[in-house]
Amino acid sequence: MQEALFWIVSFIAIACALGVVLSRNPVHSVLFLILTFFAISGHYILMNAQFLAIVNIIVYAGAIMVLFLFVIMLMNLNADAEPQKSRLVQFAGALSGGALFLVLLAAMRTAALSPLEKTTNDIGLVANLGKVLFTDYVLPFEISSVLFLSAMIGAIIIGKKGDAPNREVASGEQLDGMDNLVNTEQLSTGANANLPNAFTEADELEAIS
Amino acid sequence: MLLAISLAFLIEKIILITVILFGSLGVAMYATWGERKVAAAMQDRPGPNRAGPFGLLQPLADGLKLFMKEEIIPNGSTRWIFILGPCLAMLTATMTSAIIPWGPDITLGSHTISLQVADVNIGILYIFGVLSLGVYGVMLGGWASNNKFSLLSSVRAASQAISYELAMGIALIALLMMSGSLSLRTIVEQQHGFWQDGYFSWYVFKQPLGFFIFLVCAFAELNRTPFDLAEAENELNMGYHQEYSSMKLGFYLFAEYINMFISSAVMATLFFGGYNFPFMDQVAQALGAGSVWMALICVIVLMIKVIAFILLFMAVRWTIPRFRYDQLMNLGWKSLIPLALFNMLVTGGVILWLLK
Repeated sequence: MQEALFWIVSFIAIACALGVVLSRNPVHSVLFLILTFFAISGHYILMNAQFLAIVNIIVYAGAIMVLFLFVIMLMNLNADAEPQKSRLVQFAGALSGGALFLVLLAAMRTAALSPLEKTTNDIGLVANLGKVLFTDYVLPFEISSVLFLSAMIGAIIIGKKGDAPNREVASGEQLDGMDNLVNTEQLSTGANANLPNAFTEADELEAIS
Repeated sequence: MLLAISLAFLIEKIILITVILFGSLGVAMYATWGERKVAAAMQDRPGPNRAGPFGLLQPLADGLKLFMKEEIIPNGSTRWIFILGPCLAMLTATMTSAIIPWGPDITLGSHTISLQVADVNIGILYIFGVLSLGVYGVMLGGWASNNKFSLLSSVRAASQAISYELAMGIALIALLMMSGSLSLRTIVEQQHGFWQDGYFSWYVFKQPLGFFIFLVCAFAELNRTPFDLAEAENELNMGYHQEYSSMKLGFYLFAEYINMFISSAVMATLFFGGYNFPFMDQVAQALGAGSVWMALICVIVLMIKVIAFILLFMAVRWTIPRFRYDQLMNLGWKSLIPLALFNMLVTGGVILWLLK
């Protein structure tokens, strides 16, 4: 039963992944990609990793792909809007892709893949996962959350660049809002107190990019 | 993982799924009738009263009308996505009902029947998964119609759903910190009875702010007034289902009522004790715990709570005007999310303090 499910889910995953690449209409590609995510979630469930399965659906199928769909719908890309590539480019692409495939296949064929050591069946359940994340891996976990936060702030600042005259005020407000959640005391000092912060943040980002 | 599924188990679950599916369809059907009656009562007019006594056959008449209408698929549309839209809307609307515990276990001899289709240990996350997929029905339908009003409306609906999902999730984190479990069955059992250890056992009394945020977000997720920006007829003609006709339009409208029923059930389960009611221990003793009658009473109690929520949804729809779009976004991002974060921090602090 489990093996049959594995084959069915694998078949769906590969067929839909091919559909992503082969379909002409970008919206169809996005829909195939969503189905691929579902198939991958099916694999997670077969491995008893329910938390990973549902988070995969919430984050990728539910949030990120909606935004993809957003962009594609608003850009109004159609099948005939696809740029026609010359024969030479198509040939070169097929050749290099095929070569990569060949190399990977040759490497995988002889590679000795040791089977994964299976300690318990419940490693993917949410309680166990939470315990591991907040004890053994607490530092990497927190650092990655800071990374996400900085990416979010960076996106806001880059997005605000368009309206130059309002820039300082706007980004100051934004950061003020963020501080608000952490420290309500800052509110009483006024929005201007946070302006230097905003500048350093923006400068850092500019330095990085 | 073993997948040992016996035939009896399979039949039991299929019967349960069928009953729940038809039950929610029936409730949704009569919710359309109820909505008209509530509107009529508020506007001092009789409402539907021609089909059957008190207009009780009105939903059937409406369904028949929708089936009989001509079905039009616009020329410029992407055909299969146009058809997929309402299907997805109905599918995601009915999917959530799988994890709601409708009543306590029934014990028949040595056999125990659970009144819950699947007690998954990620119950609440499953709700969020289905919720985040609910947007696709609206988005695909609106895009495939090849009408700019439909597209605008679907983009509005999607951005609204994404924005309010955040606050809803954070509001629930506070609840989860108190329950320590994601399983809906466990959460309901923690709210046993009405009074426990010197305080109310229902989570609405422990998480009043969380419930309020959840309620507002539920209104937004359902696209109900005052958040029905996706169907603002004075700006968008009609909304994402403008090009739809016949039963496809019916499915879109119907999905909204099923969603309303299911989200009422979720709110009753999470915050209002699910099938628990005051003095249930005494009643269980009189009838015997695990008997069919006890389960029946519990199901009826849950349905009463659900219907109360549905009536609240309706009363709000006919009393409060629609928000403007910027007001909607400001409310979501600048009021509800900070409020939910505050609620989460306070809850965490209190739990830490109580543990020490």
